[in-house]
Amino acid sequence: MKENSALERLYNGIAKENPTFVLMLGMCPTLAVTTSAINGLGMGLTTAVVLTLSNLIISLLRKVIPDKVRIPAFIVIIASFVTIVQLLLEGYLPDLNEALGVYIPLIVVNCIILGRAEAYAYTHGPVSSLFDGIGMGLGFTVALTCIGMVRELLGGGKLFGFTVMPDSFTPIVIFVLAPGAFFVLAMLSALQNFVKIQGEKRGMDMSKIGSGCGHDCLHCMDESCADNQNKAFSEDDDKEETEEETEEEAEKETEDVTEEETEEEAKEETEEVPKAVENSKKGKKKKKETPETEKRTRGEEKQKETEEDNIELIDLDEEDE
Amino acid sequence: MDELLKVSSNPHVRSKVNTMGIMFAVVLALLPAAGFGIYNFGVRALFIILVTVASTVLTEFLFGLYKKKQTISDLSAVVTGLLLALNLPVSIPWWAAAMGGVFAILVVKCLFGGLGQNFMNPALAARCFLLISFPALMTNFATDAYTGATPLAALKAGEEVNILDMVIGKTAGTIGETSLIAIVIGACILLLLGIIDLRIPGSYIVSFVIFLILFGGHGINPAYLAAQLAGGGLMLGAFFMATDYVTRPITPKGQYLYGIVLGILTGIFRVFGSNAEGVSYAIILGNLLVPLIENITVPKAFGKGGGRYEK
Repeated sequence: MKENSALERLYNGIAKENPTFVLMLGMCPTLAVTTSAINGLGMGLTTAVVLTLSNLIISLLRKVIPDKVRIPAFIVIIASFVTIVQLLLEGYLPDLNEALGVYIPLIVVNCIILGRAEAYAYTHGPVSSLFDGIGMGLGFTVALTCIGMVRELLGGGKLFGFTVMPDSFTPIVIFVLAPGAFFVLAMLSALQNFVKIQGEKRGMDMSKIGSGCGHDCLHCMDESCADNQNKAFSEDDDKEETEEETEEEAEKETEDVTEEETEEEAKEETEEVPKAVENSKKGKKKKKETPETEKRTRGEEKQKETEEDNIELIDLDEEDE
Repeated sequence: MDELLKVSSNPHVRSKVNTMGIMFAVVLALLPAAGFGIYNFGVRALFIILVTVASTVLTEFLFGLYKKKQTISDLSAVVTGLLLALNLPVSIPWWAAAMGGVFAILVVKCLFGGLGQNFMNPALAARCFLLISFPALMTNFATDAYTGATPLAALKAGEEVNILDMVIGKTAGTIGETSLIAIVIGACILLLLGIIDLRIPGSYIVSFVIFLILFGGHGINPAYLAAQLAGGGLMLGAFFMATDYVTRPITPKGQYLYGIVLGILTGIFRVFGSNAEGVSYAIILGNLLVPLIENITVPKAFGKGGGRYEK
């Protein structure tokens, strides 16, 4: 399949980089609303619509949006579509709107949508971005519907609202509650990994399936990976920033360390040698000062102070060691 | 120098205690409670115990086949199954009991790496799994012998309870929790064999009593306190499940702290919670805190700390 072609994007979204089972993005709605297959399907499709439209618009506007304020710009675009979708749901599917509740407005901060905008739509043309949105949206929908089906079947004996289990089946209520969401997600992810490992054992090339990218970002030179394109895109800026940051951080760290150390030492010293300190007030004062200043001032003090004091100080130092 | 000296690397002195021995002692200590449960609730209690133990052992066996490493001989699966069965009401359907056994071994123990790696007590996690999954089945304590509520539920409803019945165990409840005497006999076996010590159970029970005196709403009322101590799974939990080697803190100070945390949690659940019982939730929540407790109670190594040598 050709890179960034429509078909490749659809396959990538649904299977190769499935946002739920592979990328593990958007966990909050995944775990919270999939109590039934219908809810999962509704949440998935709503997100898919927003994702597709926002991907398209962001891709069209990618040359206009300044790099520094791209995230707020994305949020404004996404939030506009979420508002439209929510009003439509309220008008035409009030039941679903009620079932999904607060998770519809929360689509604004869904990391799949923001992630695709940042990682794909902002660096690719409108057509491939559109299909990336459709593919990712469908992948999310498929995953949520699967989780919803398993949870509804085990936790209520139903499938899409129809009773499918015999009367003798006792619903395992935990599966429609929060813990069940984690169990089902973990089991389905494990199943997905199991299939991948079995395929590798049989000698199939599974490196491109299931893990999205071989998980080796350090040595990855794959140009189709949006991360790498981003790297090339803003390499110069990044370099400068990182250099400055590292310098600042290094300075800060050293400062912190010396401060902490000196405080501790001062404490220990004052605690451990109260008797010796009592002998001279000057010694006590000096103990509370930091070793750095101690070294600097030692020369001066030595000149000023009498011999006795000098001897005492040296004694104290030896004891401390 | 005629004799040959044996040269080996340390350790030179090895304890003869092994996992199987400890687990066997725990099974032995649980037998009085199990026996009284069977006497109290009839043959069905034996049936539930056998189903649960069979499901745990079978699950461990099958997982061992898959991992090509058998661990059923250490008897830990038997202990888990027995403990789980003692925590179930006698009227529970056999398939629910079996499902609990599978959950305990497969999800809580084996998937986390087997015995020693589980972060939660498998039997209690399975009990909570069943309690959330089948609330109706798990709280149905009505049997042929007893139709009333459990003593704790009656106590919470403000009714009078018969302490003597609770000590002997002639009350409604789960299979193994009703008889205080049987549990104490088992606990004494473990204490005498040195399998457990009183740090966790002692601090658990003492802190629970203090919590009840402060917040129970009855002040220092011996009848109320005795009923709270003898009723429910407190004693079973304190002596057999909070002391689980894998899921308790290993540091001595940490064990006291762990017991206090459990006592407070149990008190909160029993006094302020909507359910009458809260021991199992308290212990598995305590299990989750164990790494943190161990972190803040690391003992000083020999030679570290202490005072300065005075001249």
